[in-house]
Amino acid sequence: MSFHIVIEPGRTEKNYWKDLWRYRELFYILSWRDIKVRYKQTTLGILWAILRPLLTMLIFTFVFGTIAGMKFASTVPYAIIVFAGLLPWQFFSNALSESGNSLVGNERLITKVYFPRMIIPASSVITSFIDFFISFVILLALFVYYRYVPPLQVFVMPIFWIMAFIASIGPGLYLAALNVKYRDFRHVIPFIIQFGLFISPVGFSSEMIPAQWRWLYAFNPIAGVIDGFRWCIVQDAPNPLVYYPFYISLTVSLLLLGFSIRQFRKMEKNFADLV
Amino acid sequence: MSDVVIKAEGVGKKYIIRHEGQESYTALRDVIGQKTKGVFKKNKPAKEEFWALKNVSFEVKQGEAIGIIGRNGAGKSTLLKILSRITEPTEGRVTLNGQTSSLLEIGTGFHPELTGRENIFLNGAVLGMTRSEIKKKFDSIVEFSGVEKFLDTPVKRYSSGMYLRLAFAVAAYLEPDILIVDEVLAVGDAEFQKKCLGKMDEVSRNEGRTVLFVSHDMRAIQRLCTKLIYLKDGRLDFQGTVEEGINAYAGSLRLPADERAHLFTNRDNGNKKAWIAGFDVRQAGDNKTLQLSVFIEATERVEKTEIAAGINDALGTRIITLHSRFMDQQFNLEKGTNEFICMVSDLVLKPGSYTLTIFLGNKYETLDYLDTPVDFELRDHSFYPGGIVPDGSQGYLMANHSWTLKSAVHAGS
Repeated sequence: MSFHIVIEPGRTEKNYWKDLWRYRELFYILSWRDIKVRYKQTTLGILWAILRPLLTMLIFTFVFGTIAGMKFASTVPYAIIVFAGLLPWQFFSNALSESGNSLVGNERLITKVYFPRMIIPASSVITSFIDFFISFVILLALFVYYRYVPPLQVFVMPIFWIMAFIASIGPGLYLAALNVKYRDFRHVIPFIIQFGLFISPVGFSSEMIPAQWRWLYAFNPIAGVIDGFRWCIVQDAPNPLVYYPFYISLTVSLLLLGFSIRQFRKMEKNFADLV
Repeated sequence: MSDVVIKAEGVGKKYIIRHEGQESYTALRDVIGQKTKGVFKKNKPAKEEFWALKNVSFEVKQGEAIGIIGRNGAGKSTLLKILSRITEPTEGRVTLNGQTSSLLEIGTGFHPELTGRENIFLNGAVLGMTRSEIKKKFDSIVEFSGVEKFLDTPVKRYSSGMYLRLAFAVAAYLEPDILIVDEVLAVGDAEFQKKCLGKMDEVSRNEGRTVLFVSHDMRAIQRLCTKLIYLKDGRLDFQGTVEEGINAYAGSLRLPADERAHLFTNRDNGNKKAWIAGFDVRQAGDNKTLQLSVFIEATERVEKTEIAAGINDALGTRIITLHSRFMDQQFNLEKGTNEFICMVSDLVLKPGSYTLTIFLGNKYETLDYLDTPVDFELRDHSFYPGGIVPDGSQGYLMANHSWTLKSAVHAGS
């Protein structure tokens, strides 16, 4: 292997993606570190990954289902419908806050070693993925508890996992970079997450949105993902793939990803001076 | 491949210093604030350009060990950061031929919650080693660090010495073509430093790797490096042999005569009630006593004053501090000219150049502080009966000493 490196101002690294590949071991090990460290020193450890979504689901079911009396046009138990939305939502919100703060939290690494900076927010998203898979245990428990059999399309769910990943890493990268430059984003991120919960079909279903506003509503990239998850899990949920809003959602998240990567790479060079 | 492995051409790095706010990052509020202010009046925020590094060019050949020296703020760290690709130069160009690893800090990426074993893998990956490489070297790393027993203990429970040894052990087994090292040896005890220096020496001398080494420790530089680069105010002031480089550096620490006069009249370090107007140092009487005089001008009577003088070698390493507090003494300064005389018995410094720093005041107030070391010479004086004056490698102090010999005579059988 030859190593010939030229360092120049403004030199757009021609080998950027190759470099990213070369540093993949660092990516694995940083993800592994985040996972390992995350639940160390906590008494309940990995149980937290189950407890958090479980408690959220109970609150949602109670508040929306029992107190507000919200009804889905469905025969499937309310808890399962809510949980089908909660799964991707919690992944999204975890990934966003973890990756958003990741660069600032790894200041020492950034100022002392070179590596493609994208590794850091990306590994935070991967860490959130682990939590996400752990919370599937609850879903299985719900299936058993309600003696419920999901529809056949449950097997295409991995497609929506990938979509969830794309929808999260885009904004995650951009927020991480912005957070380095403007520390205000530390406060903006929780707000985005809080606000996002109300405009995402977690406690309600997309069909409750008036038809003429569906297109606008679909600009929320995670909305399409949630509809997809629900279709895979809830027997009588509509198939989002046959309606156009889903594709708006998908396009928005792809555009966001492209935009974020571009912005990230532009700002990346100054991270060490700013952080 | 040519044997030039590092080539820097006109490298410069500019920073923008903001006078508002202390933080390097911007707060969104300020940006918005300034933009809205801008609507009403053309008010540019206070900004200043600062070239941390300017027009630096040099070449390094394979197998050379280059020392980089300079005062704090001369641009050494900026240069290393550019060479390690952590930050981008504003102008110029650097070409690196060979796999480069940089060690700007030891133990980068160490996580306190992880065990020693886990941190070896983590730190190794951060420094650019692959997993299989680390596995291969794992046993040697552990052996070199000497923390076998605590491999499965989180490093937060390590003593700082153990932590350093482990961190250095990982770094010591890096095998890049070019190794860039910042002042990592400043930490750790003497034995640790010796071990590290030995290892680095081995790397550059026996394994043909190129090493770039920043340090304030001239002895380490002398021992390790084959060439020197001396940075001054962001510019390359000297490059060449180690001997000449160190002399150039030591020379720059000394103040020229005109600046020296300026130093005594134009300083802003105290409350002006009294100030240091000059000093004199000589080896007095029978050459067994060092006599230091410090002249003070006082504008009013000042009570309970202490005085301290630090004597340093030409490179600024402190040899001794003479503090009136050590001797439980306080003085009252009278309005006008005062002269402090310090007689140091049993201190004999060998002839040569030294520097002096002086503090005047007490625990509560600083009357004056001469913090820029001012140089002085001690004339040739004969102390040892043989008339020999110790040379550079034989220390600064001279003392009466006598050797005796005791022999046990074995009875012949």
